[in-house]
Amino acid sequence: MSVLASIRPDEVNFPLFLHVFGAMLLVGTLFAVALATVLAWRRPDDAVGLTRFSLLTLLMGVLPAYILMRIGAQWTESQENFPDDFDPTWLGIGYITADAGALLVLISLILGAVGLRKLRSGSGGVGFGRAVGVICILLLAAYVVAVWAMTTKPT
Amino acid sequence: MDLYDWLLFLHVLSAFLAVGALTALWALVLSSRGATPTLAPASAMRFGQTAGIVVGIGMMGAIIFGIWLAIDVDGYELWDPWILISIVIWAISGSAGGQAGKAFATGTPEGRRAGIRYQAVNSVGLFVILLLMIWKPGA
Repeated sequence: MSVLASIRPDEVNFPLFLHVFGAMLLVGTLFAVALATVLAWRRPDDAVGLTRFSLLTLLMGVLPAYILMRIGAQWTESQENFPDDFDPTWLGIGYITADAGALLVLISLILGAVGLRKLRSGSGGVGFGRAVGVICILLLAAYVVAVWAMTTKPT
Repeated sequence: MDLYDWLLFLHVLSAFLAVGALTALWALVLSSRGATPTLAPASAMRFGQTAGIVVGIGMMGAIIFGIWLAIDVDGYELWDPWILISIVIWAISGSAGGQAGKAFATGTPEGRRAGIRYQAVNSVGLFVILLLMIWKPGA
């Protein structure tokens, strides 16, 4: 069974690589945002700098990584040539976390852009950074579930 | 979930931790360029130390659960070339990561330059391992 699970068509490898690499970059940028947010909470003296760092990382890193992960996922699925009625739980979990995650990423990008603008004008913005950080921690938790579903493939 | 499922999940999750935290470290490197870096030195150091620890935990988890997988799965052996090469690259990569942490901790411009070089070696190593894990040449 284990050996069977490791065998896949060669044409799946490159799309799968893009999917996994994109997911790793996505997790990395979300981790950076979450860590900076937690540090900003614990270090009020540098909260503005940490919030600026977290929001810049979010705006420049999360969306490209998400797009790479999502395109890789769709391409991988198309190369796998699953039958039309193929609808396993693990694939459903993947779609739910990716698509619900897209909504949260979009919300966090909007909050992040507003927060960064406020930071630059000196009229606050740390609160927006905290809200974005909380969303990123939720996304990280969801993506741990997604990694579990993609690796163990529950039926 | 059987043992194989648990091992594969923990192996992949560890790899995500390592590459994810390394990505966070690159974000830190990019933001601490120039005369007016985004973060205060103390915050940058704290961020770097925390992310560095996570890289270490991820790399340790990936190798432990990876070797366990290679022993547990019928079709793989530890001496398969793609696994052996991955273990060697992991050792080089891990050593470079440790050196990067020490170099960055000096807080000097020379230390930063050396840290970036070591971190690049660490990153390229993990990237090559990811390629080997996906393609499994010779498996």
